[in-house]
Amino acid sequence: MSGTTKNYSRYLYAIPYASWMLLFVIAPIILIFYYSFFDIEGHLTLDNYKRFLTPVYLRMTISSFWYAFLITAFSLLIAYPTAYLLTKTKHKQLWLLLIILPTWVNLLLKVYAFLGIFGTYGLVNAFFETIGIGTKQLLFTDFSFVFVSVYIFIPFMILPIFNALEKLNPSLVDAAQDLGASSWTTFRRVIFPLTLDGVKAGCQAVFIPSLSLFMITRLIAGNRVITLGTAVEQHFLVTQDWGMGATIAVFLIIAMALIMIVTGNRKWGVKQ
Amino acid sequence: MNDRVIIRFEHVTKQYDDDPPVLDDVSFEMERGKFYTLLGPSGCGKTTILRLIAGFIEPTKGNIYFNGKLMNGVPANKRQVNTVFQDYALFPHLNVFENVAFGLRIKNLDKKTIETKVREALRFVNLEGYENREIHEMSGGQRQRVAIARAIVNEPEVLLLDEPLSALDLKLRTEMQYELRELQRRLGITFIFVTHDQEEALAMSDEIFVLNKGKIEQRGTPKDIYDEPINRFVADFIGESNIIPGKMLADFSVEFAGKQFECVDHGFEPNEPVDIVIRPEDLEITTREQGKLQVRVDSILFRGVHYELCCYDDNGNEWLVHSTKKAEVGEEIGLYFEPEAIHVMRRVETKENRGGER
Ligand SMILES: Nc1ncnc2c1ncn2[C@@H]1O[C@H](COP(=O)(O)OP(=O)(O)OP(=O)(O)O)[C@@H](O)[C@H]1O
Ligand SMILES: [Mg+2]
Repeated sequence: MSGTTKNYSRYLYAIPYASWMLLFVIAPIILIFYYSFFDIEGHLTLDNYKRFLTPVYLRMTISSFWYAFLITAFSLLIAYPTAYLLTKTKHKQLWLLLIILPTWVNLLLKVYAFLGIFGTYGLVNAFFETIGIGTKQLLFTDFSFVFVSVYIFIPFMILPIFNALEKLNPSLVDAAQDLGASSWTTFRRVIFPLTLDGVKAGCQAVFIPSLSLFMITRLIAGNRVITLGTAVEQHFLVTQDWGMGATIAVFLIIAMALIMIVTGNRKWGVKQ
Repeated sequence: MNDRVIIRFEHVTKQYDDDPPVLDDVSFEMERGKFYTLLGPSGCGKTTILRLIAGFIEPTKGNIYFNGKLMNGVPANKRQVNTVFQDYALFPHLNVFENVAFGLRIKNLDKKTIETKVREALRFVNLEGYENREIHEMSGGQRQRVAIARAIVNEPEVLLLDEPLSALDLKLRTEMQYELRELQRRLGITFIFVTHDQEEALAMSDEIFVLNKGKIEQRGTPKDIYDEPINRFVADFIGESNIIPGKMLADFSVEFAGKQFECVDHGFEPNEPVDIVIRPEDLEITTREQGKLQVRVDSILFRGVHYELCCYDDNGNEWLVHSTKKAEVGEEIGLYFEPEAIHVMRRVETKENRGGER
């Protein structure tokens, strides 16, 4: 008797989570699929999918992937050495906190701050003036878009890599050196392969959200960079073509799922 | 200087920050082809000595020589030594073959040479046929052998072993002790073995270094150290002992437990206070009349091979006796021992001041 009561109450505890999932994850996904089969007048159609496969949208897709790739690559390039240094410092937790701190600030606020910093009369240009380079157009360029995105996403890359490095048994590094490996070989043959899971997790955490950026593209890149995220936003809010917006979202969801599967953790040595 | 010397420490001190030194002005030499054991309690600096030799850390003061060449500043990957780590430190993302081949691949040897050498090393440690196993599929004892194979495949002149047996159960441990000793003889290279288990040290070594608080208390063959501990610490650490305060009356005559005894030690000041050591197995049980000492049995414990008796004499000194004879608790017995069984130690705890050589 008590067994069944227990099972029953376990299901009871799962109700809040299950209803949350149903209402805010599963239902919206179903709705997105549903809307993607209707045109702007509300007729059932496959036109949206045909339109997605035209050069306009394909180019947008490629550009989305390209920028997401750039953002991920630069984040990784900066995050890995940073995480590595972090594991060597004395006050790790403090430094880590300082790195995480910016993620608690609202995204919009940070983006507006960059508008100030990169603007014609901003900090950077003031500096350029004084050293005699002269004012440069910084906002509304690819550079500023990638720069700000990397800044926003970098904590999400550092964190999993830092955790993986912390978990790494330091005597493995000693062992590699003991067997004659230089620092670079030790990194290539031991440290990097053993922290690959952290790298993958970080890449997922950066690549997937950067595929669908829209606020930064509009504010920092001034819509010069058009990604799938921007397109979704435009269709829902400006052209009111929900069907097309939903279709793009369907492709985004599929792409994200594929990325998750491809970079999924194939683990060795879990049984240890 | 003698060219059999392979490792030389010259006034080596290692200190972290402002803490008291972990190693304090240590000097010693080690010879080629011998089995050395560093023995001491936890935290006495055993691992630190190995890490200094391997090159993972640098001495704060002093010099380390390898084959007569100064090693200070030479990085670990440029040293002719290999280490078997306490936790084995096998690479979990590589299989047994690749773990063993790791050092050879770095030297860019060709594929066939690597293959033969790895197989040979695995045969050496009785692990033929395990090449393609993953590390997590190996047992503790097997992992330990992989770690040894991975080290010896590089043909080091010195193999450093940091408590490699501490994770194994008693039976496997005894087996591996034998195998390691055998391996050292076959390879003919220097082994520096770390342990805090005195029985292991006595069983395996050509020479033992007894360490305490960053200093070498005594070095010598297992027999030297066991039979002639230099001070109370060594006597206590190297095995169960009766350590009793006494007084050296004259050469060959010592007083303890309120009595005067004949002994074989000499060279002390008249009436110098000393500590005397008598090993429990050197004490024989006899009748009260025949014994040199009269004691009362306080407790008795069956230890498999022998009985362990805990006795007290009239002065309240505790006497531990290992004997195949049994006695009753509360019984008054006599203890007999030869003059050779008495080891007299100066109270001062440094080697330089030691007298009383035979
Ligand atoms: N990186 C370090 N920083 C500060 N102190 C250290 C460091 N490494 C070791 N020590 C200290 O040095 C002392 C000796 O350490 P060591 O590892 O040599 O001991 P050990 O004899 O190997 O002990 P055990 O038998 O427990 O392994 C210890 O007190 C330890 O706290
Ligand atoms: Mg140690």
